[in-house]
Amino acid sequence: MLEIRNLHARIVDDGTEIIRGLNLTVKAGEVAAIMGPNGSGKSTLSYILAGREDYEVTEGDILYNGQSILEMDPAERATSGIFLAFQYPMEIPGVATMEFLKVAMNEQRKARGEEPLKIPEFLKRVKEAAASLSMEMAMLKRPLNVGFSGGEKKRAEILQMKLLEPKLCVLDETDSGLDIDALKIVSDGVNALRAPDRAFLVITHYQRLLEHIVPDTVHVLYKGQVIKSGDKSLALDLEANGYAGVIGEAA
Amino acid sequence: MPAVQDTIDRVRKIDVDQYKYGFQTEIAMDKAPKGLSEDIIRFISAKKDEPSWMLEWRLEAYRRWLTLDEPTWARVHYPKIDFQDIYFYAAPKSTPGPTSLSDVDPELLKVYEKLGIPLREQEILAGVQKTDASELEEVSDNVYKSGRVAVDAVFDSVSVVTTFKKELAQAGVIFCSISEAIREHPELVKKYLGSVVPTSDNYYATLNSAVFTDGSFVFVPKGVRCPMELSTYFRMNEKNTGQFERTLIIAEEGAYVSYLEGCTAPQRDENQLHAAVVELVALDDAEIKYSTVQNWYPGDAEGKGGIYNFVTKRGDCRGDRSKISWTQVETGSAITWKYPSCILRGDDSSGEFYSIAVSNGYQQVDSGTKMIHLGKNTSSRIISKGIAAGFSQNTYRGQVSAHRKATNARNFTNCDSLLIGDQCGAHTVPYMEAKNSTAQFEHEATTSKISEDQKFYVMQRGIPEEEAIALIVNGFVKDVIQQLPMEFAVEAQKLIGISLEGSVG
Ligand SMILES: Nc1ncnc2c1ncn2[C@@H]1O[C@H](COP(=O)(O)OP(=O)(O)O)[C@@H](O)[C@H]1O
Ligand SMILES: [Mg+2]
Repeated sequence: MLEIRNLHARIVDDGTEIIRGLNLTVKAGEVAAIMGPNGSGKSTLSYILAGREDYEVTEGDILYNGQSILEMDPAERATSGIFLAFQYPMEIPGVATMEFLKVAMNEQRKARGEEPLKIPEFLKRVKEAAASLSMEMAMLKRPLNVGFSGGEKKRAEILQMKLLEPKLCVLDETDSGLDIDALKIVSDGVNALRAPDRAFLVITHYQRLLEHIVPDTVHVLYKGQVIKSGDKSLALDLEANGYAGVIGEAA
Repeated sequence: MPAVQDTIDRVRKIDVDQYKYGFQTEIAMDKAPKGLSEDIIRFISAKKDEPSWMLEWRLEAYRRWLTLDEPTWARVHYPKIDFQDIYFYAAPKSTPGPTSLSDVDPELLKVYEKLGIPLREQEILAGVQKTDASELEEVSDNVYKSGRVAVDAVFDSVSVVTTFKKELAQAGVIFCSISEAIREHPELVKKYLGSVVPTSDNYYATLNSAVFTDGSFVFVPKGVRCPMELSTYFRMNEKNTGQFERTLIIAEEGAYVSYLEGCTAPQRDENQLHAAVVELVALDDAEIKYSTVQNWYPGDAEGKGGIYNFVTKRGDCRGDRSKISWTQVETGSAITWKYPSCILRGDDSSGEFYSIAVSNGYQQVDSGTKMIHLGKNTSSRIISKGIAAGFSQNTYRGQVSAHRKATNARNFTNCDSLLIGDQCGAHTVPYMEAKNSTAQFEHEATTSKISEDQKFYVMQRGIPEEEAIALIVNGFVKDVIQQLPMEFAVEAQKLIGISLEGSVG
């Protein structure tokens, strides 16, 4: 589903190279965990997948379902099924969460040539999804992410993911800022979405999340490269021994 | 980056693609000769079958106008206007004056249909845009008011029709064109016309007093709550024609009225002048809500053509506990010079000004308000949202003053500007003056740019760039949009989106 080949990318503003020859393959139905110390380029990778213009790909390619996505803008990538749950979701003042959901869902439908959702159907879907994440409907009338607690923001991200039904879900540090109950709710939400035609890229630097969302593969990202890949036991190994060993091995 | 070229190309496209009201209509017109003179004023007055006092009033204003100079203090630039090159009167031939709907030229009805203004009363009842609006209500906490709307349609220099007149008359409300009011209700017009904006007020107001052609007249008697929204829809069609609307709204003791004004004009290379005067009078415990959705043709991508919109709007809170509230959504015009104001004369009276001014292309907006506190315990509130894109300049100019006797005057001002791109400018020019030490004035101002982070986040949900910007901007202006009656809130949101098309870069 996703194939990243020898990807090099730098910051447009100052030319600093952040991603330095990254290779990664994720198959449909797979949950791949991306781990790595702070500053190794995990969030940058997620932004580049989503098409953020602050980064420039200088070499290599990103294939999604066999096709390069480098020429697509963020909205086109989103409508093609790529979703990013942000590490730091943005506040959108004055735009009620419900209104935002409606616009996003209908824009994606429009791009696929479908009719906009009728209001009762839209409300039904939102109510179900919100209930499954233990979110109050009243909260969804508030402007998106404005004044939301860290945990509420993360839930709102998963809510959007559920409603938009993407095919490639990238979750950037979704566990940070969550207490154990919220972590459970969010993980259950993600697990419920696991499907043979859907892949997940779960970015985290703790093993904790991976106890709830059990990955098929684990990749260690360091200085803009995948320096080691393995199965879920690699995550346990990292938890026990830290990154130093893996980094030393690769150096 | 290719983004720069892309921006230029898109900005270039703005005029034709975006201004969907730019069509013109071929209708046989009755016009005065070009230019301005005492004879032209006599011509206009005669066309309107006016009493002699009205003609005298006009002539006096004209003589004064000849002694005045065009003001230059606003942050707007334009070549000198040649007043001898303008037609001051143009009226559709088939319409001698206000008539019933069945007498209106079908061509004219078509124009309004095309503009989306329902003149047929049953259509208005059917509520064409209701679905949109109730959708909004479902998904957010906004409280939108709903109801029927009576329309006065002004085409170039004359009012062609006013709807729901009978039903309004039953409630005691007079809603007609100002021309009709001068003929039918001279005592009211004499009493109030020029009592808020005197003929000597300013250059454009004085000009308007001399040559005003049509506009609306509203009178809501003591204790009456007007049973529906009233609105006037202005259309400038004829080439080289100025539009000089004059509107007068009076709410007697305890009366309430909500009034809306909309306007569009065809797309032309020449600039056209629109110089309006609007006067509001609220007596004891009366309330007037005045909303404007201004969408005159803004000119093309190079800044050619477009309406010069020089407007004097003022409300007089003459009675105790009276209230006047201005809400405006300004998206059109090449140049806007407009400061809807409130004179807070009555004790405990209050004034409000809610404004959204969007500028794109080469538009120049200089708009704001004046709150003049004269009575005791008067309060005012100003919420201004300026959005500048393209190469436009957007200035908020506001004045809040408390006079010596205005004990406990209170004002809250909040001016936020949002910039899209880096070729445009937003400016805030607040004047505050308190001659009474008990006055409390509060002022907040912010200027921000749409952040790339926000835009990226919204686009990541599948919302294309222009829609993403429109969504963020509509969030930014929500406080003001909520002040509009429901149907117009939906319309205004769409309009803001359209106005910003081509602004991304
Ligand atoms: N837009 C940017 N401007 C400047 N530095 C950046 C930018 N994006 C990323 N970086 C830098 O790139 C490195 C990787 O950042 P990031 O991808 O956020 O790491 P991680 O998510 O793995 O903690 C860090 O050193 C960070 O400071
Ligand atoms: Mg990160």
